[in-house]
Amino acid sequence: MKFIPFSLFLLMIFSLLSFSCTKKSADTIVIGNYGSLTGSEATFGLSTRDGIQLAIDEFNSAGGLNGKKLELKVYDNQGKPEEARLSVEKLINVDKVVALLGEVASTRSLAAAPVAQQYKVPMITPSSTNPEVTKKGNFIFRTCFIDPFQGQVMAKFAVNSLKLKRGAILRDNKSDYSMGLADYFTKTLTELGGTVIADEKYASGDSDFKAQLTSLREKHPDFIFIPGYYTEVGLIARQARELGISSMLLGGDGWDSPKLIEIGGTALDGSYFSNHYTAEDKRPEVQEFITKFKNKYNVAPDGLAAAGYDAAQILLAAMKRAKSLEGDDLRLAIAATTNHPGVTGMITINSERDAVKSAVVLRVSTAGSATGGGEFKFVESVHP
Amino acid sequence: MSEFIQHTINGLSLGSIYALVALGYTMVFGVLQLINFAHGDLFMMGAFIGFYFIRLIHFFFGHDSSSLSSPSGVLFSMTVIVVSMLGTALLGMVMERLAYRPLRKSPRINLLITAIGVSLFLEYGGQLLFGASPEFFPTILSKQAIALPGGVILDSTQVLIFSTAVVLMLLLHFLVFKTQFGRSMRAISHSLEHASLIGINVNKVIMITFMISSALAGAAGVMYSISYPKIDPLMGLLPGLKAFVAAVLGGIGNIKGALLGATLLGLAETYVAGYISSSYRDALAFLVLIVVLLLRPSGILGSKKIEKV
Repeated sequence: MKFIPFSLFLLMIFSLLSFSCTKKSADTIVIGNYGSLTGSEATFGLSTRDGIQLAIDEFNSAGGLNGKKLELKVYDNQGKPEEARLSVEKLINVDKVVALLGEVASTRSLAAAPVAQQYKVPMITPSSTNPEVTKKGNFIFRTCFIDPFQGQVMAKFAVNSLKLKRGAILRDNKSDYSMGLADYFTKTLTELGGTVIADEKYASGDSDFKAQLTSLREKHPDFIFIPGYYTEVGLIARQARELGISSMLLGGDGWDSPKLIEIGGTALDGSYFSNHYTAEDKRPEVQEFITKFKNKYNVAPDGLAAAGYDAAQILLAAMKRAKSLEGDDLRLAIAATTNHPGVTGMITINSERDAVKSAVVLRVSTAGSATGGGEFKFVESVHP
Repeated sequence: MSEFIQHTINGLSLGSIYALVALGYTMVFGVLQLINFAHGDLFMMGAFIGFYFIRLIHFFFGHDSSSLSSPSGVLFSMTVIVVSMLGTALLGMVMERLAYRPLRKSPRINLLITAIGVSLFLEYGGQLLFGASPEFFPTILSKQAIALPGGVILDSTQVLIFSTAVVLMLLLHFLVFKTQFGRSMRAISHSLEHASLIGINVNKVIMITFMISSALAGAAGVMYSISYPKIDPLMGLLPGLKAFVAAVLGGIGNIKGALLGATLLGLAETYVAGYISSSYRDALAFLVLIVVLLLRPSGILGSKKIEKV
């Protein structure tokens, strides 16, 4: 008696499974996104996802790909490299994605890229700037600038625009992004006649930086370059000011988050960082994107949302051009991207599968708001 | 020199937070011979109770109610600390009643495993309840820097932390060594059976001990969040572990030992991060533990007693 219903049940499950599988491959195409939706870098993952989703929704409402709708499958990796790797394995093997978008943090892109390469699924990272990421193989692309350029931008800005030469560095030794960017920054700074008088380290996840900052304080640097992510940067800025350090603070695109000012508050007022885009850009692509994003999510997009949107658009355009959605065809189509007018600038994929484009320098301004509000003001644009 | 003094000040303020947590470990160990692994998570709960209390106040009375100007800022911080101490004391009571009391007669290993279970419950329950992304503790105390000679800076948070910790420790000392309750507590730590034979209400004393130790962890949680404002459900893990190391270092079960151990650990950690490399700061805590266990298995001030675990 018991046996028969059970086998019936199994049969039902199998038929359901096969039904859902065939259904999916029939009229939707799945694209995978993995990111840090929770954890210390949560706004990175959330903004990127929102940017990508916006691009996909637009594409679908414009008719999709030959009548087929696209679906975005998103997995949270909690900001952990090992989870990033697992998410990608799952996206490829379970969800059968045709392409991957992600990650923001270079450490996690580096962890996941070999998997994408192994299964020959094209992956585009919207905002991992460490040069090593795309060296993982010919299926890995990026649509943002790389750290040698970003480090150069900030070092030049410190020496030429701010006239500051004696710098200290406070880097995150658990992050490939931070380590790489700090090295490239140091290189350009020394070439321009500046000196790095101190180089201290912290580990992402720390909340006490007073010991390192006290050591830096004794050396009286003109500025402190902090190539980290926003959570730690905000805490570092606060503790630096508490210790009476008045040096200028500089950083990279890891600072870009609405949370930065919430955490750091007035301690960050007047600091500068390099970024992918500015909301003050008057180009129609940018202003249109900002309006659309605000209509959908009721918040202003940050740089990572813009980068996510661009990466998704490049992928979608490549999918339209590609002979088929097979890994190799799609890879060639992405590699052929030239002069795509993105929100974050004109994007051309070069032979290293990187994008070459300009960076902007932004100033953090919390002036006139005691309650923790503030904004990022455009300072200058730097072309490669 | 001023760098050294600054490191010392930073180390002492960190050490006094560890001390409050370490005291809790030591007190519970004293009465029950239990290492309460959930203690670090009470520290986290303290921070979150404080966080939500501040939110509530801001919601009902607006941001100005906790005006940052010095006197009311201090008063408000004190209120937050007290509220969070009450909250964690209640939590400690529930924890003891539900998780530990039913197991008091069972082998000690069961109790230890339960403690780990309670710890995991609080951590992941916390993730469910508060979310896995970090929250930022609002600034409730105006940061006023007091410049000392030689460029050394003592900020108001450090003064608050240090003085609150000292007051709480003095209160604890009074409670343990000068009151009837303290006498009962010390009697239980000698022998639970004998204490109950001479008419001490063992259940009550153990429960109050749990409440006090939890309240201290709660206070430490709020004070930690005031100076390092990032809070998340797993934030208690490392400070909890380090406070445990501090308690062992000083001699677990010994109140003065916990103080000494925590201060030493706070200082050592800051010096290592300041002069050598911050990468070694966490490693140091555990290195210290290993060295102390090798040289003086019962801790610096611990009494020599053969323990079977």
